[in-house]
Amino acid sequence: MNYYAIKAIYLHEMDRLWRTLFQSILSPVVSTSLYFIVFGSVIGGMVPQVDGVSYGSFIVPGLLMLTLLTQSLSNSSFGIYMPKFAGSIYEILAAPISSFEIVIGFVGASATKSLIVGTIILITATFFAEVRIDHPFVMVFLLVLTCFTFSLFGFLIGVLSENFEQLQVIPLIVVTPLVFLGGSLYSIEMLPEFWQQISYFNPVVYLINGMRWAFYGVSDINIWISVVSMLGFLSICIVAAMIILTKGYRIKS
Amino acid sequence: MTDKLISIQNLSKTYNDSFQALKNVSLDINKGEIFALLGPNGAGKTTLINIICGLVRPSSGSVMVNGADIIKDYKITRSQIGLVPQELTLEQFETVFQNVSYTRGLYGKSGNPTYIEKVLRDLSLWDKKKTRLGQLSGGMKRRVLIAKALSHEPSVLFLDEPTAGVDVELRQDMWRIVENLRQTGVTIILTTHYIEEAEAIADRVGVIDNGEMIVVDEKDALISKMGQKKLIIQLHEKVTNLPEELSSYELELAADGLSLSYSYDAKSSQTGITNLLQKIKDSGMKLSDLKTEQGTLEDIFVSLVNKEKK
Repeated sequence: MNYYAIKAIYLHEMDRLWRTLFQSILSPVVSTSLYFIVFGSVIGGMVPQVDGVSYGSFIVPGLLMLTLLTQSLSNSSFGIYMPKFAGSIYEILAAPISSFEIVIGFVGASATKSLIVGTIILITATFFAEVRIDHPFVMVFLLVLTCFTFSLFGFLIGVLSENFEQLQVIPLIVVTPLVFLGGSLYSIEMLPEFWQQISYFNPVVYLINGMRWAFYGVSDINIWISVVSMLGFLSICIVAAMIILTKGYRIKS
Repeated sequence: MTDKLISIQNLSKTYNDSFQALKNVSLDINKGEIFALLGPNGAGKTTLINIICGLVRPSSGSVMVNGADIIKDYKITRSQIGLVPQELTLEQFETVFQNVSYTRGLYGKSGNPTYIEKVLRDLSLWDKKKTRLGQLSGGMKRRVLIAKALSHEPSVLFLDEPTAGVDVELRQDMWRIVENLRQTGVTIILTTHYIEEAEAIADRVGVIDNGEMIVVDEKDALISKMGQKKLIIQLHEKVTNLPEELSSYELELAADGLSLSYSYDAKSSQTGITNLLQKIKDSGMKLSDLKTEQGTLEDIFVSLVNKEKK
């Protein structure tokens, strides 16, 4: 195992976080705070309790997940796409590093950044709503799992993208709608029967409900189904990453 | 007997668009030598280098570096190789020192600020160590690429068009750097468009065209074997037209009308020089001086590539 290479990629990527501190940390904190102010404090005041939790508190896990997903995707997709764009990826491909080691370096750094942002979001949330964590270990487990899984997914997007437009398409057109329609701001039970059934096809529903269970012990879906769904998605991403990197698809000729 | 460092056997590469970039290329590179790979644009030089470095997959054939296969033992082979690419492919926001240290890490080496400092000093980059890469001039970026390629102490260095687009001063600086590297035992393979570059620094030369290796030989032997010599005949008086009796010779009359040049094969038993001089004397022209010049590598390169096209 080339530990020095993993460390080099990891620290190289983390350097970008410190260089772009405003964009990386402050920006998601500000936008999430706006969600808390508008949905939690203003609209939340007019909404009765949901599943025995005040609306302001109810949306905390969903907004946390929204931030984690978007941050993980953008961190890792940009992380691998930028050297491709600049041409400096040649030195990674010419170095004595396995595909697995490349993935650990990039995804590890992306997940770390997302965890930092997620922790700050969680602290920020306590200023706007009463936050209770009934199952802290499950919460940490899901937090880490989500960061790694979606960092890996973002890495794949970055590898497969041939231009900036493609880099943005999946996060904007696919992931953001799935998160908003995944129950981040409402309970699935609030929807008409037909839309409830449709929602069960949305993988993000399982993530958000898993996190909500970790916070308040309430969920539309069994926690184990959520965890198994997440692990399944992670496995698919790992296999896809190994195949794509081993074959050098869209990286090597 | 020379030690082989790189052994390329029957290497071919066909890209997805069916373009065959390399056709059954075989070549050995010896330890400690400077090998110049010459060829016109699109000849296959970069493809060959990129295959050895792991950036392009070969379609068939094999490459061994120090006895290790570049596919099966890629970690062993790549750790011995440094690559300076043709393009100035650098990220913009890191400092020189950070970026060179990063490359050392990628090659599995622990941090060594003393060694990095030495490399940067050797390449006159030390006073730029804290400068962001995006703020460097093109020439300085080229030096950074060399520093990155040397950061992990490789035994073989590939320089893909190292002096393309750089000024004369920097080009000569690069030649000095390459020579210094050779003194430290690094084997150097360079591709270049500048024939005089190969002539100035290479030990051996390979000419590749249309994906095929046309010739590989010692530079001096190649020049001696294939190079034509030129006889320069200085005339005492200006001539505007050559006499009829000299029309069978392919003579070039200088623009000032005061010299003739005649190309001949020095290895041939019949150079034609005696008859030519006799005919010049018979025509009544008076000579003021005679001198000969050895043909250049560029003459050989042009003649080889043109022969291939025919």
